[in-house]
Amino acid sequence: MDAHWEVVIGLETHAQLSTGSKIFSGASTAFGAQPNAQACAVDLALPGVLPALNRGAVERAIRFGLAVGGTINRRSIFARKNYFYPDLPKGYQISQYEIPVVLGGSLRIRVDETDKVVRLTRAHLEEDAGKSLHEDFHGMSGIDLNRAGTPLLEIVSEPDMRSAAEAVAYARMLHSLVRWIGICDGNMQEGSFRCDANVSVRRRGETKFGTRCEIKNLNSFRFLEQAIAFEMARQIEVLEDGGTIVQETRLYDPDRGETRAMRSKEDAQDYRYFPDPDLLPLEIGQSWIDKVGSSLPELPEARRQRFVSTLGLSDYDAATLTSSRDMADWYEALVQALPAEPKLCANWLMGEVSARLNREQRDLSAAPVSAPSLAALLARIADGTLSGKLAKEVFDAMWSGEGEADDIIERRGLRQISDAGELERIVDEVLAANPKSVEEFRAGREKAFNALVGQAMKATRGKANPQQVNDLLRRKLG
Amino acid sequence: MTQFHLASLAELSRLLAHGEVSSVELTRAFLERIDRHRDLNAFLDVRPEQSLRQAAEADRRRAQGETGPLLGIPLAHKDIFVTRDWASTASSRMLAGYMSPFDATVVENLARAGMVCLGKLNCDEFAMGSSNENSAYGPVLNPWDKGSVPGGSSGGSSAAVAARITPVATATDTGGSIREPAAFAGVTGTKPTYGRPSRWGMIAFASSLDTAGLMTVSAEDAAVVLSAMLAFDPRDSTSIDRPAEDCARELDQPVAGLRIGIPREFFGAGLRSDVEAPIRAALEVYRALGAELVDISLPNAHLGIPVYYVVAPAECSSNLSRFDGVRYGHRAADYTDLTDMIKRSRAEGLGPEPKRRILIGTYVLSHGYYDAYYIKAQQVRRLIAQDFQRAFQQCDVIAGPVTTSVAFGFGEKAADPVSMYLADLYTVPGSLAGIPSMSIPCGFGDKGRPVGLQLMANHFEEARMLRVAHRYQQATDWHRRVPAGFGED
Repeated sequence: MDAHWEVVIGLETHAQLSTGSKIFSGASTAFGAQPNAQACAVDLALPGVLPALNRGAVERAIRFGLAVGGTINRRSIFARKNYFYPDLPKGYQISQYEIPVVLGGSLRIRVDETDKVVRLTRAHLEEDAGKSLHEDFHGMSGIDLNRAGTPLLEIVSEPDMRSAAEAVAYARMLHSLVRWIGICDGNMQEGSFRCDANVSVRRRGETKFGTRCEIKNLNSFRFLEQAIAFEMARQIEVLEDGGTIVQETRLYDPDRGETRAMRSKEDAQDYRYFPDPDLLPLEIGQSWIDKVGSSLPELPEARRQRFVSTLGLSDYDAATLTSSRDMADWYEALVQALPAEPKLCANWLMGEVSARLNREQRDLSAAPVSAPSLAALLARIADGTLSGKLAKEVFDAMWSGEGEADDIIERRGLRQISDAGELERIVDEVLAANPKSVEEFRAGREKAFNALVGQAMKATRGKANPQQVNDLLRRKLG
Repeated sequence: MTQFHLASLAELSRLLAHGEVSSVELTRAFLERIDRHRDLNAFLDVRPEQSLRQAAEADRRRAQGETGPLLGIPLAHKDIFVTRDWASTASSRMLAGYMSPFDATVVENLARAGMVCLGKLNCDEFAMGSSNENSAYGPVLNPWDKGSVPGGSSGGSSAAVAARITPVATATDTGGSIREPAAFAGVTGTKPTYGRPSRWGMIAFASSLDTAGLMTVSAEDAAVVLSAMLAFDPRDSTSIDRPAEDCARELDQPVAGLRIGIPREFFGAGLRSDVEAPIRAALEVYRALGAELVDISLPNAHLGIPVYYVVAPAECSSNLSRFDGVRYGHRAADYTDLTDMIKRSRAEGLGPEPKRRILIGTYVLSHGYYDAYYIKAQQVRRLIAQDFQRAFQQCDVIAGPVTTSVAFGFGEKAADPVSMYLADLYTVPGSLAGIPSMSIPCGFGDKGRPVGLQLMANHFEEARMLRVAHRYQQATDWHRRVPAGFGED
């Protein structure tokens, strides 16, 4: 936050669509194959080949458009973006230019307890290029065309974000959404989800935008945040020194934590866009849109609101639990098995379960404890069988594969002692054995009371119901 | 020995069916003729062992009971179609020796019908030209007059059929590349509706115009081969999904009562009298056959050339970008870096005409010029197409000249690209409209060089167009004339 300057950010995000084959050819899109093993004649742009549009890519674009409340263009056009590069086999990239498949839409983000709506400009379909490998070839360049023709949805936001934190929140929300609706695996290490950030600064109160720079290929949220912070500071410094910002494309170097100029607008290429004569206009009928719409899952925003209104969760909990579809589904399965305890379920999923997963770097789908199993454990907390502390012990045992909650409780004899008669007998023994503490308590030292509770818990190896022990002691000492 | 090369397709088909000749014998006979007339430079790649293997396969299929009008009939492919078994060069140095890992759909469809490939035919480089002088592998000679061009870009196809060194040749037409060489070489050249033949495996020049077609001796031959060639192909997004059809089904119907539209714009000042006379005579033949000649107007047709020379170069400038020396094709021996490698490879690999068109195309697509040229050209293209739709309300087919003059001599126009471009004056409008059109021999002009009559029909009316051509060929024998030295063996 700068008192004098405001940063303005818009993001262009490339989401790799999760189709099995490429956008204009039948070659596989799987990651990690031997170089060029997944480049067919079309991907290699051999003489005589032609593109044929992958219906699954279009369907995913429609899903996205509907999920963000955008307009699906009934007729959109594929254009050729012409430029020479060794890893661009045709010498042009097939993209959508004037008429994209999705127009408009918006995404709700939350930063510092405040909701904000980020408007989307458009989303369009295009193909990815291959990769140039400049190392390991002794003065030559290697070209891997496995990625060439991979379907991308380029999602362009309006310049609505006013801090790096907002940009990251937007990127995270988008990342969550594309996975939620099943159109992108979101794997950022493999480049399935990457952002370009358009960043400019202006004096607070100014209504016109400043000159922007575009930072390319940010493939982690951390780099996105760092790059924007650096770029913002750089631009402010230039302007405060009386300089002007040159519109240019910059590259973020994570090793040095800075952005570097790549090319200025002056040497921007003329891409000579024109409609691709090999592809007819993409026509999308209402019935297709309806069909895709009816297959959409409940969206995160709707689910978040439902968690608040019908389950009584806090905004924070509801937002956390809807940060991914896996999480929300898992939570719902948990609540379904234990409908009376939505808050207890939320606490455990966001607490113990998430902590274990984080520590072990696992996904929820790989959790060794299922939602119904966890629900059975939580039910034992709810009915007073287990204290929270014992429940954690049981949970650890379940996580290590020792079985279901009730079996473990039985086997380890962990059942909480709630029998009034038995507890009274134990409390009496504790009082008899610790006359000094009793005396101190009567003299007004509250600490001595805690020592007595501790003794009772120790005598039962933690199994005594702590609330009941408390009540009994108060009564007897009162 | 039977003069196979003078037989019609129907006759060859009958001989094969009756076992009077095998496909291997037939193929061998044509391969011998190809070899004897090597001086025409019509063929770029001949591999007798491959052809004879295909012929033996056709004979085996027949022995197993298969029949079909094309089973065992030889043909040759324009070197714009890629083939597994013959080099595919588009007559460019860029693709010298290039072997495609797959066959073009047209090649595949005709092979499925049992046709035997004799080899690959010379043409203008990347199908750009009207004289076949733009081939990196030398010009093709016109069998009627070896001092004149065979037309282009399908000059190898027209010359080979005229010389009867193949009974059938595939060809491609972007602005007239089938019809003009057919007219210059006195053969029947047929361009079907854009989108009916698949473009998969055709080395692209101008994607919105490129159309595969045929050079044959007669319209009847064309109808049979076309029926096997046209088929929906999901690999080509511009391919039109229509059921297969028998393009020969109307051949026996008369033309009496048909209205033949004569576009007055095609008979203007540019039309040479030695061409106009045979055209007028041909129209009289139709009148005598009972057709009605109707005066029609194509008011925007004269804009065809400027429109075409914006649209086609624009598409070509992009289509030819893939020839960068990175993955296949010519790569320069010396270069300093990646960009330099691409620049030099293209500079060395591409000939002057593709370069000229790439420059024009790059210019008209450039920022600031795109609206004035490309968008405007597309708008006028629509007007030209509308002219045809209006005309077809008044007539069933359109007839007129293919070219303003007969074949010109080598070098006559090579130094003046614009006069070369004007050779496509009458053929470009039909290409821009995507309608079927063809050229049939209708006599001879100056120096005994052939004259072609152009026929055009509305979209998908190939069968009607071929019927009109066939009735003329039943009433005349221009199409049976064989250039001196290529007739009786």
